Amino acid sequence: MGILLRARRLSVSYGRVEAVHGISLDVSDGSIVTVIGPNGAGKTTLLSATIGLLPSRGDIDYEGASLTTLTVEERVAAGLVLVPEKRELFAGMTVAENLELGAFARRRSRDAMSALNDVYRRFPRLAERKTQLAATLSGGERQMLALGRALMARPKLLMLDEPSLGLAPLIVREIFSIIAGLKMAGVGILLVEQNARAALQVADYGYVLETGEVALEGPASDLATNPRVIDTYLGGSVPASA
Amino acid sequence: MDLSIAALLTQDGITNGAIYALLALALVLVFAVTRIIWVPSGEFVAYGTLTLAGMQLGKPPGTVSLLVGMAIVAGLLEVYVCIRRGEIARAPRRLLLWTGVPCVIAALVWWSAPLNLPFPVQVALTLAAVAALGPLLYRIAYQPIAEASVLVLLIVSVAVHFTLTGLGLWFFGAEGSRTPAFASASFQLGNVNVNVQSLLVVGTSAALIGVLYVFFGRTLYGKALRATAVNRVGARLVGISPSFAGTLTFAVAALMCAFCGVLIGPITTIYYDSGFLVSLKGFVGAIIGGLVSYPLAAAGALLVGLLESFSSFWASAFKEVIVFTLIIPVLLWRSLTTHHHEEDE
Repeated sequence: MGILLRARRLSVSYGRVEAVHGISLDVSDGSIVTVIGPNGAGKTTLLSATIGLLPSRGDIDYEGASLTTLTVEERVAAGLVLVPEKRELFAGMTVAENLELGAFARRRSRDAMSALNDVYRRFPRLAERKTQLAATLSGGERQMLALGRALMARPKLLMLDEPSLGLAPLIVREIFSIIAGLKMAGVGILLVEQNARAALQVADYGYVLETGEVALEGPASDLATNPRVIDTYLGGSVPASA
Repeated sequence: MDLSIAALLTQDGITNGAIYALLALALVLVFAVTRIIWVPSGEFVAYGTLTLAGMQLGKPPGTVSLLVGMAIVAGLLEVYVCIRRGEIARAPRRLLLWTGVPCVIAALVWWSAPLNLPFPVQVALTLAAVAALGPLLYRIAYQPIAEASVLVLLIVSVAVHFTLTGLGLWFFGAEGSRTPAFASASFQLGNVNVNVQSLLVVGTSAALIGVLYVFFGRTLYGKALRATAVNRVGARLVGISPSFAGTLTFAVAALMCAFCGVLIGPITTIYYDSGFLVSLKGFVGAIIGGLVSYPLAAAGALLVGLLESFSSFWASAFKEVIVFTLIIPVLLWRSLTTHHHEEDE
């Protein structure tokens, strides 16, 4: 397994306020790496910097080459795709149009739309809602559409920001089983979650982010049994939910 | 006023309204995708008429020099960006795109002007030349500040408007131009005398609107522009860059304005600075649509055309006053009926 994404001493600031202080992090292909931590720990900031929406200091390498000079669009074309916390769907457009635009970065390749059947197979609900406007979808369907739109770009590294946020437990389980399926298909996944229990179950490796620094890291199974993690993020024996 | 005069005024109003409708749609499009209030749209209308008039007189229009000049500036900007990003290998391709292509269009216009080619060819060349100015203008004036607030973009637009008016005087001269009518025939429809010229103008506008409808509804690039208008961040995350969307938008909008210029040429004499008044009327139409709704903007522009033609009959000295006074009740109505939210930038 090769290293897909390698961040070293990564710092990100909003104006003069530094939100992420010198993080180092690795994601190899075909693996799920999760970043858990409380609100305001800098998880979303980390993803925004990785996709290029925020400027950062330090090194980020993707497939062995530096990302720093690439724009957001160039990173997407290289297979680095983000599903943001706010989904950022095209509300006034149909489900099918949203998916079609997901392949925009690959528009010059012949098989640009070949991912469509794969997306409809993974999300039969989206196939049923093809002609419906994205704005009329339920919360779970919106998350599916956001995931489906990202898959249309045929990502090598998929970054997911709080995919379980605001969803019913049944749908959360469905989303996480799809994430596990993507890993099987060889996609590297960087998963940011507040639902630490679900995240650690599906992940291979985990980082605990607190106030912009890595407080703990290790194989996900080790973190899941770490007393400090259980106390703070898994809520003792009470099942954690988002 | 009897019925035949009313019919004549209506026909006139609809003809002008169809032209304003194209402008209004261009303004809504530019604002939706780039948040720019495109004050200099009128200059593109004037350039359209003056370019076609120049070609009809058999002399190379000022557009040639303007196009070459802007292409060189845009090309230099692109090369500078390539060097700063350390991607010198990409510079020749960018230079070819930003300087080469516009220069080829300019050369074609310059070369063909004295040949007295058939009218449709002249129109096509005019449209190509003026449409090419759109992306160049975006690249030079707007792309470097694309993330600025709506107010800053508006201020830049006003500056660009004055600059383009000045350049218009420099390159086209102070004389006005009028192009010959497309057709002088007319026919009786019941009691009404219908001009073929008017039918052509309305028909062309309607056809162009139809083409745009297909472009935005069916093609990937059209959908990409809609997506950028709906959700800028979402568009970036699927790989639609704001500068790509801006460039394409300005090409489409400049083409629409060039069409307006070609259509309005036989109706009024156009001077280098006539565009502003024309674009303001399109703007009133766009405001009726709240700068967001395409159908309302087109309907508003038709209303402006009708109001203008009827007020020129009843109170010709006040016709502009009446048209622009319309904006006050419209703004009042819009500010009372639309839901307000703080601008989030």
